[in-house]
Amino acid sequence: MREIELIRVPAPTSVPFLLPYFSCLVPAGFPSPANDHAEVEGLFDLNRLLLRHPDATYLVRVSGESMAGAEIHAGDLLAVDKHLEADHNHVVVAVVEGEVTVKRLVRKGQTWWLMPENPAYSPYEITDPDGLRIWGVVTHVVHELIPGKLHALLHTRE
Amino acid sequence: MYGLLDCNNFYVSCERVFQPRYEGRPVVVLSNNDGNIISRSAEAKALGLRMGDPYFQVKELLHQHDVAVFSSNYALYGDMSRRVMWYLGQTAPAVEVYSIDEAFLDLAGLEKYHGSLDTFARKIRAGVKSRTGIPTCVGVAPTKTLAKLANRIAKKNPDLGGVLYLDNAERRAWALTQVEVGDVWGIGRQYAAKLAAAGVGTAADLARVPDAWARKHLGGVVGARLVQELQGRPCAGLHPSEDGTLSRQSLSCSRTFGRPLSAFSDVLGAVSAFLSRAAEKLRAQGDTAHVLTVYISKNRFATNVQPPFSRSATLTLPIGPTADTTVLLSYARALLNRLWEPGTVYHKAGVVLDGLEPPGVGQQLTLFAPTPPEPENKREEKTAATGRPALMASLDALNSRFGKGTVRLAAAVPAPGRGGVVGKAHAAPWEGKAQWRSPAFTTRLEDLLIVQ
Repeated sequence: MREIELIRVPAPTSVPFLLPYFSCLVPAGFPSPANDHAEVEGLFDLNRLLLRHPDATYLVRVSGESMAGAEIHAGDLLAVDKHLEADHNHVVVAVVEGEVTVKRLVRKGQTWWLMPENPAYSPYEITDPDGLRIWGVVTHVVHELIPGKLHALLHTRE
Repeated sequence: MYGLLDCNNFYVSCERVFQPRYEGRPVVVLSNNDGNIISRSAEAKALGLRMGDPYFQVKELLHQHDVAVFSSNYALYGDMSRRVMWYLGQTAPAVEVYSIDEAFLDLAGLEKYHGSLDTFARKIRAGVKSRTGIPTCVGVAPTKTLAKLANRIAKKNPDLGGVLYLDNAERRAWALTQVEVGDVWGIGRQYAAKLAAAGVGTAADLARVPDAWARKHLGGVVGARLVQELQGRPCAGLHPSEDGTLSRQSLSCSRTFGRPLSAFSDVLGAVSAFLSRAAEKLRAQGDTAHVLTVYISKNRFATNVQPPFSRSATLTLPIGPTADTTVLLSYARALLNRLWEPGTVYHKAGVVLDGLEPPGVGQQLTLFAPTPPEPENKREEKTAATGRPALMASLDALNSRFGKGTVRLAAAVPAPGRGGVVGKAHAAPWEGKAQWRSPAFTTRLEDLLIVQ
């Protein structure tokens, strides 16, 4: 005679189950299939609305004022598309000597430059085009007009 | 034709995308609680560092060569994996996610549209690189086992430019001679030793063994199928990762349904059943999983079916790693909800558990110790993080004694109507040691990459 152990399986609870971060605007998230029906309910998904390559778009935070002239300020969020081909006059995130920096990519004659938009910073000439890595192209800027979360984050991790 | 795409040194590559200063330098990523090496850059491999090396044993060497050390950051890896898989789903007609960093692509009939599959594979590889910054390799061959093998050769030989297409018998024969039998997909250490003793040293030798011999010495039908696949004959029923003989870094379970399904509860039942199997294997090897992926595929040969034919969703478990079927199931259900398109006929589904590690500090230390009785409300909270080891152990014991699937979770029982168990997730302080964890660059506002 085998002994059979009875196991109590807890009854399913009726508490709604929420997935973290998934269906809200994720930093650099991209539309999930569930959001395909979002508009039906009258919701906007900025990812779907604005981003050309949502899956290749990453949000980054700005530190410093080197791009103030382009209306990009410390604390702003940038949407950066890694898949877009960088071209003359694009604001890009570039890798210079292993560090990431946001500058405008400008071509003058045969030379390419990374140009700050603030007289206090100096332009960076790309002497070796192979030495330059474009991390991505900046497509959107999120700037807070009323101090909120982004302002609060300004002095973290810098 | 099948393609197998996998990401090179995936965890290290993810770290480098957001910290380019580590390009060209040796980098390693450590497992939960900073225990062992689970990912190595090419430079770290060249130093002789091995997978699974305990950190404290190689500490000196790491220091001596200025190796960059990272704690595992599954929030980041899960999100990057999701991006890779999403793009593959948009690009290849049918995708089978195999682990956090690899996927099979069904490339049947694509020459018509893309010319050579070699060119197409290079295009996909370039696409993943430009969208995520992650380098990959692709093997293309008439069977999954050969695609795995081609991928391996592409990885080892930089001259191939990351892609190897075994498009004819000669090239297949050459490829088989390049791979040791122990490195063939589904051949574990025990089989490799047995094969070596029988004089089977390379994949080429293995492809020559008679069917009856394979059946006798390589676990019956699984072995026979494996040999057939090496000979270039695809076997639809091949699931070498599921034979349970290997302790794996990731576990997947996928099936084509017996008949096409269009009711959510039916597909959920299938997903639940696959997940239950995968979780059983997970517990059998004494691990917990950090990352869960669910994918579903439509029948691409049905009329009026629009691509993408496969969709996947990946989640890094917010409560930390678990091996509890009920906890995993509640997340799987939520993921399936995201993937679900009403009015669609599905013919296949799969689940992948990844980021596998033994339970860390702050968790139940042994999976099979009974949970001590606690006040009701506290137990509830603990359950989310550690699961119900006693319940799970009893479940596994019953099933191994009375046969697979004797006792199942309600959701995994194919019954019409409502299936599913909804669990409660509490954030739990399960964290072990993670001294060198990089920020969650893509999933936390506070952690985004900072540009000057």
